[in-house]
Amino acid sequence: MALKTQHKRPDIIIENGIQYTSKVMLDLNDLKKVYPTPNGDYVVLENLNLQIMKEEFVTIIGHSGCGKTTMLSMIAGLNPISGGSISVLSNPIKGPGPDRGVIFQSPSLMPWLTTLENVMLGVRQVFPHAKKKEREDICKYYLSKVGLDGSFHKKASELSQGMQQRVGIARAFAIKPKVLLLDEPFGMLDSLTRGELQDVLIEIWNKEKITAVMITHDVDEAIFLADRVVMMTSGPSAKIGDILDIDFQRPRSRKSIIEHDDYYKYRKHLIDFLEH
Amino acid sequence: MAYLELNNVSKTYGKGANATEVLSNINLQIEEGEFVAIVGFSGSGKTTLVNLINGLLQPTSGEVIFKGNPITGTSHERGVIFQNYSLLPWLTVYQNVSVAVKETFPKENKKFRENRVKEYINMVNLTPAIHKRPKELSGGMRQRVSIARALAMDPEMIIMDEPLGALDALTRGNLQDEILNIWNKDKRTALLITNDVDEGIYMADRIIPLRPGPNATLGPEFKINIDRPRDKTSLNDDPEFKKTRNGIIEYLMEIGEERTTTETIEYTLPDLEPKYFD
Amino acid sequence: MSDKLIKIVRFIGLGFLEPVIRLSRGEETKKNLTEILKKIVAPLASILLFILLWQGGATALYNTEAEYRIEKAFNEQGQEGADKMAACIASGDVSCQPNTLPSPSQVKASFYSLLEDHKIISADKKAFKEKTATLNKQRKAAGEKPITYTGRPSFVDQIITSIKTVFAGFLLAIFIAVPIGVVIGLSDTLRSSINWLIQIFKPVSPVVWLLLVFMIVKTLTKDSESDTSFIISFISVGLCSMWATLVNTVMGVSTVDKDILNVAKVLKLGPIQKVFKVILPSSLPLIFTGLRITLSVAWMVLIAIELLAQSPGLGSFVWEEFQNGANDSNSKIIVAMFVIGIIGFLLDRIMLTIQKFVSFNKD
Repeated sequence: MALKTQHKRPDIIIENGIQYTSKVMLDLNDLKKVYPTPNGDYVVLENLNLQIMKEEFVTIIGHSGCGKTTMLSMIAGLNPISGGSISVLSNPIKGPGPDRGVIFQSPSLMPWLTTLENVMLGVRQVFPHAKKKEREDICKYYLSKVGLDGSFHKKASELSQGMQQRVGIARAFAIKPKVLLLDEPFGMLDSLTRGELQDVLIEIWNKEKITAVMITHDVDEAIFLADRVVMMTSGPSAKIGDILDIDFQRPRSRKSIIEHDDYYKYRKHLIDFLEH
Repeated sequence: MAYLELNNVSKTYGKGANATEVLSNINLQIEEGEFVAIVGFSGSGKTTLVNLINGLLQPTSGEVIFKGNPITGTSHERGVIFQNYSLLPWLTVYQNVSVAVKETFPKENKKFRENRVKEYINMVNLTPAIHKRPKELSGGMRQRVSIARALAMDPEMIIMDEPLGALDALTRGNLQDEILNIWNKDKRTALLITNDVDEGIYMADRIIPLRPGPNATLGPEFKINIDRPRDKTSLNDDPEFKKTRNGIIEYLMEIGEERTTTETIEYTLPDLEPKYFD
Repeated sequence: MSDKLIKIVRFIGLGFLEPVIRLSRGEETKKNLTEILKKIVAPLASILLFILLWQGGATALYNTEAEYRIEKAFNEQGQEGADKMAACIASGDVSCQPNTLPSPSQVKASFYSLLEDHKIISADKKAFKEKTATLNKQRKAAGEKPITYTGRPSFVDQIITSIKTVFAGFLLAIFIAVPIGVVIGLSDTLRSSINWLIQIFKPVSPVVWLLLVFMIVKTLTKDSESDTSFIISFISVGLCSMWATLVNTVMGVSTVDKDILNVAKVLKLGPIQKVFKVILPSSLPLIFTGLRITLSVAWMVLIAIELLAQSPGLGSFVWEEFQNGANDSNSKIIVAMFVIGIIGFLLDRIMLTIQKFVSFNKD
């Protein structure tokens, strides 16, 4: 399989004779991360190049400790980069910001706030120009989209993990980020709830088409959600090992996908990579 | 009569108006030497089911029969491996296993017990870490200790309550293989509770879904007609695997759809663009 | 409806009443009866047992003391003196009563006499106020200080003074410890640079604090004629007790869940919003745990401080009674002991209720 992202980012893409100045939403260029330790530097990531296009959903799969989460938190701006660059729409990132929404592995809601207030926290931040009613509508819209229209005024601490993560999804979409970063958001849930939330996520995503980068260790989840699955090699000095294009049409239904001829082919490819 | 039998078992917590029936009408037969997986989801009453079988709980109605006799309490014949390892943090690996061995073989001499502890620690490849305490071990290693402890008591049946749920995929895979190896050696009867369909298919002879509670019941069983030893990678080409897996997943999806509620009110989204401040 | 009642009862810490309520509704008779046995009958029985043991112990001590006195009289004055002493003790005469641990009934009697005393004193106070009302008006008009009641405070007055002092001290502790704790908790540098101070001052004994405060307040209030003992004692109480709150606030603020802080970072909340919307609410449970410890420490050291500072209150009441050596002094001290204990318990319960109310992870 050709590693088509290993070359440098072109400034102009010509596709079907049309010039796109920046079809690239997120650009990781020669990214490097080093943690100093008493026994010399520990290189987590090195020479990592990846370009993610507008409206693309990319999942990243790899073994735990391979530096996936480090990479994602660097994109989020929560972890300083040691070398190379990260840019969003050709602008290098400076620290964290609401243009890159993050859904964390734990829902990390403020437990003392209601679901609505949790979503509102971010909405107020990025829609200071909106009316109070409008802001509330935004929150309610996304909360109802994740199936929580009966629980606007429930305290986050009263909800189950799965319900809390739904709020996490609503909160991330409600601030209309340019890029959505998901760090194993369903890793702590059982597989039925995980499936439900994948459906919730992909349903909103189908409407909004926000460029998304998601870390997962679940092969089926990676295939179901993604346009491309990026496989990372194990650390130290982790980099991109392989990329798999998933050519299922959207919107996808889980049922039709698992019966598709290619499904188990993709699955085998990913499991092969992970096993070796 | 089957090795382990649950006949019309129900379990209710609380009484009067506050009563909730967690499990209702559970019927299950497990033959000797069989490996059965129950796939259930959080809140579906899995733990209650496990506790009924290991004897920590008594059913409200119905009966749990083990080798022809109703279960009245815990027994060394049924070893349990819990998800949270439940090791004693102030004891070393050796001591943790040793406590269980002393309990099971009080009459045997010291040498016998020592050998037995060492043998089982070796079986789960922990000999290098034998004098370490749980907090120095990774999650996977802790679960290995817990497995060694359960098996060293020489149970006839192993009950595993989501033993690998908290581990990462790679460790999970390795431990699955280890459990299967041990099970293969002397074909003990095994019951695995898991939320991972693939784990169930890889390990078990039969998979039975537990429909979410309250009033959780067992769904239709799926037989796994795949020869052992099974290989994770080549399974993907096995038509039997695909068929069984899709069958189970579709069944679970149906359950999931029953659970979800439909939205009632349609909220409209104001047409606004966010402002970012750098 | 009574579910609500049960919730309220539980919330204010009277959970032991729950089975009674349930039983009155006819729910699960057997289970609730055993609950009542466990939660109400057993504690009552233990109280009874306690009083019995106390009675027995007090009688034994009384007899030992009496025998000792008779023997002493015998040694000093011969048989005649011993007989006289025995008769005197038997007659219940005040002058020769054995001075030892009072019995429960004596304590009860003292409790009533203290209440009676309070009635007399407050009547006296009222009369005094009426008598001086017109005079005070004139004095006020003339710009002079009014005449105030200077008689002996009653037991109840002492209790009220003590509670006032402890609350003043507690408020002082809150106003010092919480803001400082938040500031220190936010900054690693500040935390490590100030830690030595906290670690050194935390274990200092209440007595030393009192002396320290005394040194400072005495100089500061040199020209003032007013009574400084209240100021000294409440400041000392505050300084002694604030450490638990300070340490807990620092810990609460510095250990806010990293994920939650990341959320605040991603949303780019400003510093003030971050403190008030994220950090404070999430550290509130720990802060309250600190405040609870602070209040109970405050109440505990208050007695010692009042005793030393000679400021009015329960502490000085106990001390005066001890010095007094009257025949019911001992039982009055025991009354004060129970009052101190019960008030301490109530204060803790109140804090617990408030804590439950503000903390987000209630059951």
